Amino acid sequence: MKEEEAAEEGISEEVDKVYRRLNDQAEKSGYHLNPDVEFTKDLVWGLLANEKRYGYWSCPCRLSANNKEEDLDIICPCYYRDPDLNDYGACYCALYVSDEVFRGEREIESIPERRPPHEQRETSRAEERKRAEMMETMEFTGELSKPVWRCKVCGYLCAMDEPPGVCPICKARKERFERFM
Amino acid sequence: MDIFNQNTEKGNHVSGIDRGKVVMYGLSTCVWCKKTKKLLTDLGVDFDYMYVDTLEGEEENQVVEELRRFNPSIAFPTTIIKGEKAIVGFKEKEIREALGF
Repeated sequence: MKEEEAAEEGISEEVDKVYRRLNDQAEKSGYHLNPDVEFTKDLVWGLLANEKRYGYWSCPCRLSANNKEEDLDIICPCYYRDPDLNDYGACYCALYVSDEVFRGEREIESIPERRPPHEQRETSRAEERKRAEMMETMEFTGELSKPVWRCKVCGYLCAMDEPPGVCPICKARKERFERFM
Repeated sequence: MDIFNQNTEKGNHVSGIDRGKVVMYGLSTCVWCKKTKKLLTDLGVDFDYMYVDTLEGEEENQVVEELRRFNPSIAFPTTIIKGEKAIVGFKEKEIREALGF
């Protein structure tokens, strides 16, 4: 059983490390992790387990498609975090909470799923691809000197030939940007 | 040894007081599912639970289709009581009431 205990300790160290890093990042960019540390570490464990299973941080409270492209919207932090923070004081899994919840002025309740059903997501993805193609062929003479890219996690905009590798605000990766203008 | 998969049993039966057939569909990584399972255990009712993320292929599709009937968004935990009432989310009050507590 010694081996198991050692492995368990290794995991809890890893969870602690990631928790501290996430907490640092959140506080620096104006977000808060759930102050219930035990609960939050459980979610971090789930994120690490999903990274191992699927190769990316699929939301621990949603069923992963085991396909990164299909799950881009639910990679943590998900596209639904900010609207859920505004409406319910927490993101869907409650890893992130609002100022009010953080200060203990509001309780978290069960949050309805905002992510559209599968068919609807497929349709919007197809529309998005079409829009991207259209934008691709648009000529940027006169009004815009550069295309504008939008981070779908936090809304950050930048006018560059390409989106940045990592969002400077929320650290979301390049593939989570869309062409905005 | 894979510690991350150590806790991911597919599901189980918990024996207790008969309040009709109770099935909780959850995810092994979902902390709200964990809370719901604990609530049902503490209430002492007879129930089954299943971690849908641990299923594969046809078995997974079947469960997902079953859940879609109750909730097109397919959210977890979904607790189905007597095959007719579905409670989506960790709604302690609603679950207690539906089970007659």
